[in-house]
Amino acid sequence: MSFLRASSPHAHSALTTARVMQWVLLATLPGLAALTVFFGIGSLINIALACIFALLFEAAVLKLRKRNALIYLRDCSALVTAVLLGLALPPYCPWWVVMLGVFFAIVVAKHLFGGLGYNPFNPAMVGYVALLISFPVEMTQWAAPSTLSNASASFPPIVESLTHVFSHDTLDGYTAATPLEVLKLREGLTLDTLYTNEAIFNQARWAGVGWEWVNIGFLIGGIFLLYKRVFTWHAPVAMLATLTLCSFLFYDAGGSQSAGSPLFHLLSGGTMLGAFFILTDPVSSAVSNKGRLIFGGLAGVIIFVIRVWGIYPDAIAFAVLLMNFAAPFIDYYTVPRTYGHNRAHRVTKIKE
Amino acid sequence: MRKIWDIHGGVHPPENKIQSNQKPIGVMPLPDWVSLPLNQHVGAPARPLVKVGDHVKTAQLIADAEGFVSAPVHASLSGKVVAIENRPIPHASGMQAPCIVIESDGEDTWTELQPCENYMDLQAEILLEKVRSAGIAGLGGAGFPTAVKLQPDANKKIDTLILNGTECEPYITADDVLMREQANDIIAGAQLMAKLLDNPRILIGVEDNKPEAIKALTDAAQNTAIEIISFPTKYPSGGEKQLIQILTGKEVKSGTLPSEIGIVLQNVGTAVAAFQAIKDGIPLIERVTTVVGRSLQIQRNVHVRLGTPIQHLLSQHGFDENNCARIIIGGPMMGYTVDSISVPVIKTTNCVLVPSEDEMPTPPPTQPCIRCGHCADACPANLLPQQLYWYSQAQDFEKLQAHHLMDCIECGACSYVCPSAIPLVQYYRASKGAIRQQQIDKQKSDRARLRFEAHKERVEKAEAEKEAKRAARKKAAEEARKKIDLTKSQPAEKSDTAKLDPVAAAMAKAANTKADPADEKAKIERNLESARNRLARFNHQLNDARNENDEARAGKLEPKIKQTELKISELENKLAQMAKT
Amino acid sequence: MLAFFEQYPIISALIALTSLSLVFGAVLGFASVKFKVEGNPLVDQVDEILPQTQCGQCGYPGCRPYAQAIVNDGDQINKCPPGGQTTINALADLLDVEAPSLDEEHGEESDVKTVAFIREEDCIGCTKCIQACPVDAILGAAKHMHTVIASECTGCDLCVEPCPVDCIDMLPVEKGLKDWSWELPQPANIIATDKKPHSENAA
Repeated sequence: MSFLRASSPHAHSALTTARVMQWVLLATLPGLAALTVFFGIGSLINIALACIFALLFEAAVLKLRKRNALIYLRDCSALVTAVLLGLALPPYCPWWVVMLGVFFAIVVAKHLFGGLGYNPFNPAMVGYVALLISFPVEMTQWAAPSTLSNASASFPPIVESLTHVFSHDTLDGYTAATPLEVLKLREGLTLDTLYTNEAIFNQARWAGVGWEWVNIGFLIGGIFLLYKRVFTWHAPVAMLATLTLCSFLFYDAGGSQSAGSPLFHLLSGGTMLGAFFILTDPVSSAVSNKGRLIFGGLAGVIIFVIRVWGIYPDAIAFAVLLMNFAAPFIDYYTVPRTYGHNRAHRVTKIKE
Repeated sequence: MRKIWDIHGGVHPPENKIQSNQKPIGVMPLPDWVSLPLNQHVGAPARPLVKVGDHVKTAQLIADAEGFVSAPVHASLSGKVVAIENRPIPHASGMQAPCIVIESDGEDTWTELQPCENYMDLQAEILLEKVRSAGIAGLGGAGFPTAVKLQPDANKKIDTLILNGTECEPYITADDVLMREQANDIIAGAQLMAKLLDNPRILIGVEDNKPEAIKALTDAAQNTAIEIISFPTKYPSGGEKQLIQILTGKEVKSGTLPSEIGIVLQNVGTAVAAFQAIKDGIPLIERVTTVVGRSLQIQRNVHVRLGTPIQHLLSQHGFDENNCARIIIGGPMMGYTVDSISVPVIKTTNCVLVPSEDEMPTPPPTQPCIRCGHCADACPANLLPQQLYWYSQAQDFEKLQAHHLMDCIECGACSYVCPSAIPLVQYYRASKGAIRQQQIDKQKSDRARLRFEAHKERVEKAEAEKEAKRAARKKAAEEARKKIDLTKSQPAEKSDTAKLDPVAAAMAKAANTKADPADEKAKIERNLESARNRLARFNHQLNDARNENDEARAGKLEPKIKQTELKISELENKLAQMAKT
Repeated sequence: MLAFFEQYPIISALIALTSLSLVFGAVLGFASVKFKVEGNPLVDQVDEILPQTQCGQCGYPGCRPYAQAIVNDGDQINKCPPGGQTTINALADLLDVEAPSLDEEHGEESDVKTVAFIREEDCIGCTKCIQACPVDAILGAAKHMHTVIASECTGCDLCVEPCPVDCIDMLPVEKGLKDWSWELPQPANIIATDKKPHSENAA
């Protein structure tokens, strides 16, 4: 009888790609819950639409590429991209915005580059940026947190939400500026004045109604993923640390030129989502731990720079994409020191 | 020295040791025949000393070491040598190699041994020679000839001897039970080796999942300076470089041996074998092997004579062929598969693992790498396996070497943790082979270039000499002609001059004769004739090749035919031109 | 002097630019003399990559003339069958051009390396093959037995044609245990039609 010939190792741990992706999905739940509590079902609709479109597009592209769609869909990577995009998009945005975003993310940014594992840029962020630049109006209409609006019409009821999403109405009466926008457009007020004047701040505990809890939710999810060792701490911690440091340096004691307090920056906008879910996308980030520190750190700096001196109120997507460009270069210079060698070598130096 | 260090990375696969470490080492009946490969160690194969038909006794020397890095082979049974030929050997390739096959006579008659009671009084050189001639090689799985390892360069001072009792691979328990049962022999072996190395300090490293072994060793080492150090269980702590790092904190420089930093590492089994070789005079003919896997009815450790076919070993333990997923020599992390059960047990066979189908199911299909980095976290050599994988697929040898592919110890930790089930180690092995082959090819092509340059020089020199001779002859002919012209004016001495210089005259005649057009034409016609003959011969060969469907040969002939046809048309052109003028 | 510069700005600009160009010209001239490299190193680099079989299948009498042709005359880089696609890729890398596939007119790439072998019972000792061998890998003399030194033979088969009795065979080199290594595994993302049956999937 002839026996199987195979290379060692012959044992394998139980971890699979699908399991890793499922944990990531699980970890988005706290943040998603906070979004739903404060902003209504808009995000849920977004995510549902995004997931459906993602699976459809992924299956179609896989068929075109003559791959076995059933096997490749099972690794849940399309779902993760869809969920992250759905979380990043404003709640109650029209359905075609979601569809185009998913198209850009799945088909253009992921499969045109080779599919899972071959994309140099974070697919969700490519989709987000494509939408932001193409449809600035739809992408900057953020719903107001429920506690701000009057109690009876806290957020659009279900039917109205769905109608809005699937028709062409604008969402007047329910929109409000995000905390970051408010900070950006405050025109020289000091932080204290701003905090007492604006409702979005004076009803909040740290950094803006609703948004602070959303960020805390994603922070909890991120800690769960760290515990499960889905990724290492280097990139998220580096990003948050540099963001804190930068905002600390430019805090200016809350004066009129202040760029916002560290706590504010940490708990507003997409900071935690970006730190733990976007930046840690393994395919497009740096490869070694040292490299991830640099990757996360520079991303934090770029986020701060764009937030304060750029025209966009939030900058996670741009920062991540810019760092994706730099990731291969970072990889060349941050190869760890191999056992038996005196110091780490740059990989650009090809051996003679 | 209690302080221990940690290695980078590492994994914790399920240990699966309990199946085989609950029983003492067993013995089993001798096989009917043994097949002893001439190469069971690192280095040159041994040279056979017997021939087919000879009768040999157990422990008789049947093949001697060939060169410095080699080891001799001894008969593990008494009987008749029935073959010295290529037989299946335990190797991942499934290829065969020369073996001495002995058919047992059932008696197990031993040859005369030379035990030595007070071996510690002997000189180091004599002890070393005994170890060498006993054929001792590293029993931990690497098979490096022990006598060579115990004889480092004269300018290297060895300050630490480490005995490796780690046995970090799952399923294997051979060293564990050996340490429990023969702890005294291990200690004696360690002291013996230390004597050969000029008495360095001795450390024995054991993982903490072997408490009985640690106790046995500690008891045996009570009145000695030998330290037994236990450390947390992790795979691959038992690798040579890793164990050195754990016990001493030092790293072996890439591409060098541990003796460079003053350390020699030996397996505990090797220590026992060396001790027995010297004290009892028994050469290496037997070893402890773990026989384990759920396709067996009995799983245990057993003393096995070298050369025993696996078939005999497995049948003694109730092997169910149909339930067996694969046959692995070694453990599940670094063992290699063999596809036939007639391969023999050799010096480096520490385990025969025959898992059942549900114990070791077929691995899931490979998926794309998501660059999660779990492999880099697990790598004990601190490499970047995901980058090595990428460049290995691209066959970018320069980048692979820049990422230190050659420092990979092929432990399999990276493949173990990969969520996409990528067979990483196979990529690295293939690439290492390709890089080595490329280096060999480069050496060969450099030599070919040198030889070609030398050939060119030689040909040019020969041409130059011919030219010089031709010029000298022409010059001499010119002078002779001048002389003849002069003598023409003196007719009386004509015949004398002619007689004096017949050669010169002939040469002058030859020099004067210009190339006769008729001769030229004849020459071209001759060349044309031979070229046409050549063409006919080639076409004939092409037809043969086509009839036999030999595409390769046909492909080779076609350019030649073309060349010949070109030559023919060139010659015909010349002829036509000559006809015109 | 500063006053001068202030008063006559145009002349000062002229003076400044002229002196800068003189300085830089001097530096460049000095560098072109001091760091001059004899010959064309590119030819050597191309020659390093070629496999040195000296077979002439590319149409040139040896590897170095082909290297010179590639560099000086811009000849195609895909004419070398013994080098195969690996050599073409390496040359394309070096010269920063596209890597075409092997030009079939010059022969086919074969996986198996061959060496020449003279059937001694047929050899007549004419030395024609000795003269043909570009690396002098055939040992022999007129009217004496000829034999191929297998370790030096590059497999170029230039000796086969001149032999008048056709006694030279090109035999494949056998790969032994020492040359064996694992093959690259099957790639992960294969098209469904390329997929091998399941039993081979794990190998």
